[in-house]
Amino acid sequence: MKNNFIQGLRDGMPIMAGYFAVSFSFGIMAVKGGLSVFQAAFISMTNMTSAGQFAGLQVIAAGGTVAELILTQLIINLRYALMSLSLSQKLSEGITFRQRLVIAFANTDEIFAVAMAHAGSLKFMYMVGLQILPILGWTAGTAIGAAAGSVLPAALTSALGVALYGMFIAVVVPAARRVRPVLATALLAVGFSCILYILHVSAGVSIILCTVAASAVMAFIRPLEGGMEE
Amino acid sequence: MIWGYIAVMALVTYLIRALPLTLIHGRIRNKWIRSFLYYVPYACLSAMTFPAIFYATQSVWSAAAGVAAALVLAFFGRSLITVAAGACLAVFLAEQLMAFL
Repeated sequence: MKNNFIQGLRDGMPIMAGYFAVSFSFGIMAVKGGLSVFQAAFISMTNMTSAGQFAGLQVIAAGGTVAELILTQLIINLRYALMSLSLSQKLSEGITFRQRLVIAFANTDEIFAVAMAHAGSLKFMYMVGLQILPILGWTAGTAIGAAAGSVLPAALTSALGVALYGMFIAVVVPAARRVRPVLATALLAVGFSCILYILHVSAGVSIILCTVAASAVMAFIRPLEGGMEE
Repeated sequence: MIWGYIAVMALVTYLIRALPLTLIHGRIRNKWIRSFLYYVPYACLSAMTFPAIFYATQSVWSAAAGVAAALVLAFFGRSLITVAAGACLAVFLAEQLMAFL
Protein backbone atom coordinates (compact mmCIF):
# COMPACT_ATOMS: atom_id res chain seq x y z
CA MET A 1 0.00 0.00 0.00
CA LYS A 2 2.70 2.45 1.06
CA ASN A 3 5.02 1.35 -1.74
CA ASN A 4 2.32 2.01 -4.31
CA PHE A 5 1.86 5.50 -2.94
CA ILE A 6 5.59 6.28 -3.04
CA GLN A 7 5.97 4.91 -6.54
CA GLY A 8 3.07 7.12 -7.60
CA LEU A 9 4.76 10.16 -6.07
CA ARG A 10 7.99 9.35 -7.90
CA ASP A 11 6.21 8.98 -11.26
CA GLY A 12 4.40 12.27 -10.64
CA MET A 13 7.57 14.32 -10.10
CA PRO A 14 8.46 15.13 -13.73
CA ILE A 15 4.80 16.00 -14.41
CA MET A 16 4.89 18.40 -11.46
CA ALA A 17 7.98 20.18 -12.83
CA GLY A 18 6.43 20.62 -16.27
CA TYR A 19 3.11 21.79 -14.84
CA PHE A 20 4.78 24.32 -12.57
CA ALA A 21 6.44 26.09 -15.50
CA VAL A 22 3.44 26.01 -17.82
CA SER A 23 0.80 27.03 -15.26
CA PHE A 24 2.89 30.14 -14.56
CA SER A 25 1.70 31.62 -17.84
CA PHE A 26 -1.91 30.64 -17.10
CA GLY A 27 -1.63 32.70 -13.91
CA ILE A 28 -0.34 35.71 -15.85
CA MET A 29 -3.16 35.41 -18.42
CA ALA A 30 -5.82 34.99 -15.71
CA VAL A 31 -4.80 38.23 -14.01
CA LYS A 32 -4.75 39.98 -17.40
CA GLY A 33 -8.31 38.66 -17.90
CA GLY A 34 -9.44 40.37 -14.69
CA LEU A 35 -9.22 37.53 -12.15
CA SER A 36 -7.60 37.72 -8.70
CA VAL A 37 -4.56 35.64 -7.73
CA PHE A 38 -6.71 33.47 -5.49
CA GLN A 39 -9.33 32.92 -8.20
CA ALA A 40 -6.64 31.96 -10.72
CA ALA A 41 -5.08 29.43 -8.31
CA PHE A 42 -8.51 28.07 -7.41
CA ILE A 43 -9.36 27.46 -11.07
CA SER A 44 -6.14 25.50 -11.50
CA MET A 45 -6.66 23.47 -8.32
CA THR A 46 -10.23 22.51 -9.22
CA ASN A 47 -9.90 22.03 -12.99
CA MET A 48 -6.48 20.49 -13.65
CA THR A 49 -6.67 21.03 -17.39
CA SER A 50 -4.67 23.49 -19.48
CA ALA A 51 -6.81 23.70 -22.62
CA GLY A 52 -10.14 23.75 -20.78
CA GLN A 53 -9.04 26.36 -18.25
CA PHE A 54 -7.51 28.51 -20.93
CA ALA A 55 -10.68 28.45 -23.05
CA GLY A 56 -12.85 28.99 -19.96
CA LEU A 57 -10.73 31.99 -19.05
CA GLN A 58 -11.26 33.43 -22.52
CA VAL A 59 -15.04 33.05 -22.14
CA ILE A 60 -15.00 34.67 -18.68
CA ALA A 61 -12.72 37.52 -19.80
CA ALA A 62 -14.93 38.18 -22.83
CA GLY A 63 -18.04 38.31 -20.60
CA GLY A 64 -19.57 35.21 -22.22
CA THR A 65 -22.70 33.46 -20.97
CA VAL A 66 -22.81 30.45 -18.62
CA ALA A 67 -24.23 28.36 -21.47
CA GLU A 68 -21.25 29.32 -23.62
CA LEU A 69 -18.92 28.37 -20.75
CA ILE A 70 -20.56 24.98 -20.19
CA LEU A 71 -20.54 24.16 -23.90
CA THR A 72 -16.87 25.18 -24.21
CA GLN A 73 -15.85 23.02 -21.25
CA LEU A 74 -17.95 20.12 -22.50
CA ILE A 75 -16.45 20.09 -26.00
CA ILE A 76 -12.84 20.84 -25.09
CA ASN A 77 -12.73 18.43 -22.15
CA LEU A 78 -14.65 15.69 -23.97
CA ARG A 79 -11.41 13.81 -24.53
CA TYR A 80 -11.16 13.21 -20.77
CA ALA A 81 -14.35 11.16 -20.97
CA LEU A 82 -12.57 8.83 -23.36
CA MET A 83 -9.45 8.74 -21.18
CA SER A 84 -11.52 8.01 -18.06
CA LEU A 85 -13.22 5.26 -19.99
CA SER A 86 -9.99 3.51 -20.91
CA LEU A 87 -8.53 4.19 -17.45
CA SER A 88 -11.52 2.38 -15.92
CA GLN A 89 -10.47 -0.77 -17.80
CA LYS A 90 -7.02 -0.72 -16.17
CA LEU A 91 -8.05 -0.12 -12.52
CA SER A 92 -7.36 -2.98 -10.13
CA GLU A 93 -10.41 -5.01 -9.22
CA GLY A 94 -10.97 -3.97 -5.62
CA ILE A 95 -11.34 -0.27 -6.40
CA THR A 96 -14.56 1.11 -4.90
CA PHE A 97 -17.04 3.65 -6.25
CA ARG A 98 -15.71 6.37 -3.92
CA GLN A 99 -12.13 5.66 -4.91
CA ARG A 100 -13.13 6.06 -8.55
CA LEU A 101 -14.57 9.48 -7.69
CA VAL A 102 -11.14 10.47 -6.30
CA ILE A 103 -9.15 9.04 -9.21
CA ALA A 104 -11.36 10.94 -11.69
CA PHE A 105 -10.35 14.31 -10.24
CA ALA A 106 -6.97 14.80 -11.89
CA ASN A 107 -7.10 12.51 -14.91
CA THR A 108 -5.07 14.89 -17.09
CA ASP A 109 -3.41 14.10 -20.44
CA GLU A 110 -0.03 13.55 -18.78
CA ILE A 111 -1.27 11.64 -15.71
CA PHE A 112 -3.39 9.45 -17.98
CA ALA A 113 -0.35 8.78 -20.20
CA VAL A 114 1.83 7.75 -17.24
CA ALA A 115 -0.96 5.66 -15.68
CA MET A 116 -1.55 3.76 -18.91
CA ALA A 117 2.19 3.12 -19.28
CA HIS A 118 2.36 1.74 -15.70
CA ALA A 119 2.97 -1.99 -15.61
CA GLY A 120 0.02 -3.99 -14.27
CA SER A 121 -3.34 -2.86 -12.93
CA LEU A 122 -3.67 0.49 -11.18
CA LYS A 123 -3.97 0.50 -7.36
CA PHE A 124 -5.84 3.28 -5.60
CA MET A 125 -2.83 4.48 -3.58
CA TYR A 126 -0.64 4.57 -6.69
CA MET A 127 -3.14 6.88 -8.43
CA VAL A 128 -3.37 9.13 -5.35
CA GLY A 129 0.44 9.40 -5.20
CA LEU A 130 0.64 10.04 -8.93
CA GLN A 131 -1.87 12.92 -8.77
CA ILE A 132 -0.78 14.83 -5.66
CA LEU A 133 2.46 16.45 -6.89
CA PRO A 134 1.10 17.54 -10.30
CA ILE A 135 -1.91 19.14 -8.54
CA LEU A 136 0.45 21.04 -6.21
CA GLY A 137 2.75 22.09 -9.06
CA TRP A 138 -0.12 23.23 -11.28
CA THR A 139 -1.75 25.25 -8.47
CA ALA A 140 1.46 26.77 -7.08
CA GLY A 141 2.73 27.72 -10.54
CA THR A 142 -0.55 29.49 -11.31
CA ALA A 143 -0.51 31.38 -8.00
CA ILE A 144 3.09 32.53 -8.46
CA GLY A 145 2.52 33.50 -12.09
CA ALA A 146 -0.62 35.45 -11.14
CA ALA A 147 1.11 37.18 -8.24
CA ALA A 148 4.45 37.91 -9.96
CA GLY A 149 3.02 38.64 -13.40
CA SER A 150 2.34 42.27 -12.59
CA VAL A 151 5.81 42.73 -11.06
CA LEU A 152 7.74 41.22 -13.95
CA PRO A 153 9.01 43.48 -16.75
CA ALA A 154 6.82 43.61 -19.87
CA ALA A 155 9.45 41.83 -22.00
CA LEU A 156 9.32 38.82 -19.66
CA THR A 157 5.51 38.52 -19.41
CA SER A 158 5.33 38.94 -23.18
CA ALA A 159 7.73 36.02 -23.62
CA LEU A 160 5.97 33.84 -21.02
CA GLY A 161 2.66 34.52 -22.74
CA VAL A 162 3.48 31.93 -25.40
CA ALA A 163 4.38 29.10 -22.96
CA LEU A 164 0.95 27.45 -23.02
CA TYR A 165 0.71 27.77 -26.79
CA GLY A 166 4.16 26.22 -27.01
CA MET A 167 2.94 23.26 -25.01
CA PHE A 168 -0.08 22.85 -27.30
CA ILE A 169 2.23 22.87 -30.33
CA ALA A 170 4.39 20.26 -28.60
CA VAL A 171 1.37 17.96 -28.28
CA VAL A 172 0.09 18.36 -31.85
CA VAL A 173 3.23 18.42 -34.01
CA PRO A 174 4.76 15.01 -33.15
CA ALA A 175 1.36 13.32 -33.65
CA ALA A 176 0.82 15.25 -36.91
CA ARG A 177 4.22 14.10 -38.10
CA ARG A 178 3.40 10.46 -37.35
CA VAL A 179 -0.25 10.33 -38.44
CA ARG A 180 -1.19 12.16 -41.63
CA PRO A 181 -4.94 12.59 -40.77
CA VAL A 182 -3.88 14.36 -37.54
CA LEU A 183 -1.92 16.86 -39.64
CA ALA A 184 -5.02 17.38 -41.81
CA THR A 185 -7.15 17.85 -38.68
CA ALA A 186 -4.77 20.47 -37.30
CA LEU A 187 -4.56 22.42 -40.57
CA LEU A 188 -8.34 22.28 -40.98
CA ALA A 189 -8.86 23.56 -37.44
CA VAL A 190 -6.33 26.38 -37.92
CA GLY A 191 -8.00 27.35 -41.21
CA PHE A 192 -11.47 27.49 -39.61
CA SER A 193 -10.06 29.35 -36.63
CA CYS A 194 -8.45 32.05 -38.81
CA ILE A 195 -11.68 32.53 -40.79
CA LEU A 196 -13.76 32.87 -37.61
CA TYR A 197 -11.19 35.28 -36.19
CA ILE A 198 -11.55 37.50 -39.26
CA LEU A 199 -15.35 37.30 -38.87
CA HIS A 200 -14.98 38.49 -35.22
CA VAL A 201 -16.58 35.35 -33.75
CA SER A 202 -15.86 35.22 -29.98
CA ALA A 203 -13.00 32.96 -28.89
CA GLY A 204 -15.20 30.60 -26.86
CA VAL A 205 -17.65 29.96 -29.68
CA SER A 206 -14.85 29.76 -32.23
CA ILE A 207 -12.98 27.01 -30.33
CA ILE A 208 -16.13 24.89 -30.09
CA LEU A 209 -17.04 25.33 -33.76
CA CYS A 210 -13.50 24.66 -35.02
CA THR A 211 -13.03 21.61 -32.80
CA VAL A 212 -16.35 20.01 -33.70
CA ALA A 213 -16.12 20.87 -37.40
CA ALA A 214 -12.53 19.68 -37.96
CA SER A 215 -13.00 16.50 -35.86
CA ALA A 216 -16.35 15.65 -37.46
CA VAL A 217 -15.06 16.14 -41.01
CA MET A 218 -11.97 14.01 -40.32
CA ALA A 219 -13.96 11.30 -38.51
CA PHE A 220 -16.14 11.13 -41.60
CA ILE A 221 -13.42 11.03 -44.28
CA ARG A 222 -10.66 9.33 -42.24
CA PRO A 223 -12.18 7.05 -39.58
CA LEU A 224 -9.74 5.40 -37.17
CA GLU A 225 -7.65 2.57 -38.51
CA GLY A 226 -5.41 0.10 -36.71
CA GLY A 227 -2.21 1.68 -35.38
CA MET A 228 -3.47 5.27 -35.29
CA GLU A 229 -4.48 5.26 -31.67
CA GLU A 230 -1.04 4.54 -30.24
CA MET B 1 -20.22 36.42 -10.47
CA ILE B 2 -16.76 35.19 -11.39
CA TRP B 3 -16.96 32.60 -8.60
CA GLY B 4 -20.15 31.25 -10.19
CA TYR B 5 -18.33 30.79 -13.48
CA ILE B 6 -15.42 29.14 -11.68
CA ALA B 7 -17.76 26.70 -9.89
CA VAL B 8 -19.46 25.80 -13.20
CA MET B 9 -16.08 25.20 -14.87
CA ALA B 10 -14.92 22.91 -12.06
CA LEU B 11 -18.18 20.97 -11.94
CA VAL B 12 -18.45 20.37 -15.69
CA THR B 13 -14.80 19.32 -15.95
CA TYR B 14 -15.13 16.95 -13.01
CA LEU B 15 -18.34 15.34 -14.24
CA ILE B 16 -16.79 14.68 -17.66
CA ARG B 17 -14.00 12.74 -15.93
CA ALA B 18 -16.05 11.09 -13.20
CA LEU B 19 -19.09 9.84 -15.11
CA PRO B 20 -17.32 7.47 -17.53
CA LEU B 21 -15.05 6.23 -14.74
CA THR B 22 -17.95 5.35 -12.44
CA LEU B 23 -20.90 4.56 -14.69
CA ILE B 24 -19.68 3.06 -17.94
CA HIS B 25 -17.87 -0.24 -17.91
CA GLY B 26 -18.02 -1.34 -21.52
CA ARG B 27 -16.01 -0.08 -24.47
CA ILE B 28 -17.24 2.45 -27.04
CA ARG B 29 -17.72 0.50 -30.25
CA ASN B 30 -19.15 3.13 -32.56
CA LYS B 31 -16.30 3.80 -34.95
CA TRP B 32 -17.39 7.32 -35.87
CA ILE B 33 -17.61 8.47 -32.23
CA ARG B 34 -14.23 6.94 -31.44
CA SER B 35 -12.70 8.64 -34.49
CA PHE B 36 -14.30 11.96 -33.55
CA LEU B 37 -12.95 11.75 -29.99
CA TYR B 38 -9.52 10.79 -31.31
CA TYR B 39 -9.30 13.98 -33.41
CA VAL B 40 -10.78 16.33 -30.79
CA PRO B 41 -7.62 17.19 -28.82
CA TYR B 42 -5.61 17.99 -31.96
CA ALA B 43 -8.36 20.12 -33.52
CA CYS B 44 -8.97 21.92 -30.24
CA LEU B 45 -5.32 22.69 -29.43
CA SER B 46 -4.63 23.85 -33.00
CA ALA B 47 -7.67 26.13 -33.09
CA MET B 48 -6.76 27.63 -29.71
CA THR B 49 -3.17 28.29 -30.73
CA PHE B 50 -3.76 29.87 -34.14
CA PRO B 51 -4.17 32.70 -34.80
CA ALA B 52 -4.27 33.68 -31.08
CA ILE B 53 -0.53 33.12 -30.49
CA PHE B 54 0.29 35.91 -32.95
CA TYR B 55 -1.47 38.40 -30.68
CA ALA B 56 -0.10 37.07 -27.38
CA THR B 57 3.15 39.08 -27.39
CA GLN B 58 4.20 42.70 -27.89
CA SER B 59 4.62 42.25 -31.64
CA VAL B 60 3.45 39.87 -34.35
CA TRP B 61 7.10 39.36 -35.39
CA SER B 62 8.33 38.25 -31.98
CA ALA B 63 5.33 35.91 -31.81
CA ALA B 64 6.33 34.51 -35.20
CA ALA B 65 9.80 33.79 -33.81
CA GLY B 66 8.16 31.92 -30.92
CA VAL B 67 5.97 29.92 -33.32
CA ALA B 68 8.97 28.98 -35.46
CA ALA B 69 10.99 27.86 -32.43
CA ALA B 70 8.08 25.81 -31.08
CA LEU B 71 7.39 24.14 -34.44
CA VAL B 72 11.05 23.17 -34.96
CA LEU B 73 11.54 21.86 -31.40
CA ALA B 74 8.24 19.97 -31.52
CA PHE B 75 9.08 18.52 -34.94
CA PHE B 76 12.19 16.97 -33.43
CA GLY B 77 10.09 15.51 -30.62
CA ARG B 78 11.36 17.61 -27.70
CA SER B 79 9.47 17.43 -24.41
CA LEU B 80 6.53 19.75 -23.62
CA ILE B 81 8.62 21.81 -21.25
CA THR B 82 11.51 22.24 -23.72
CA VAL B 83 9.18 23.37 -26.51
CA ALA B 84 7.36 25.81 -24.21
CA ALA B 85 10.63 27.25 -22.86
CA GLY B 86 12.14 27.46 -26.37
CA ALA B 87 9.14 29.45 -27.62
CA CYS B 88 9.42 31.86 -24.67
CA LEU B 89 13.16 32.31 -25.22
CA ALA B 90 12.69 32.98 -28.96
CA VAL B 91 10.06 35.66 -28.22
CA PHE B 92 12.30 37.25 -25.59
CA LEU B 93 15.36 37.32 -27.87
CA ALA B 94 13.34 38.62 -30.84
CA GLU B 95 11.98 41.49 -28.77
CA GLN B 96 15.43 42.37 -27.43
CA LEU B 97 16.75 42.38 -30.99
CA MET B 98 13.86 44.49 -32.28
CA ALA B 99 14.58 47.11 -29.65
CA PHE B 100 17.83 47.83 -31.49
CA LEU B 101 16.30 48.07 -34.96
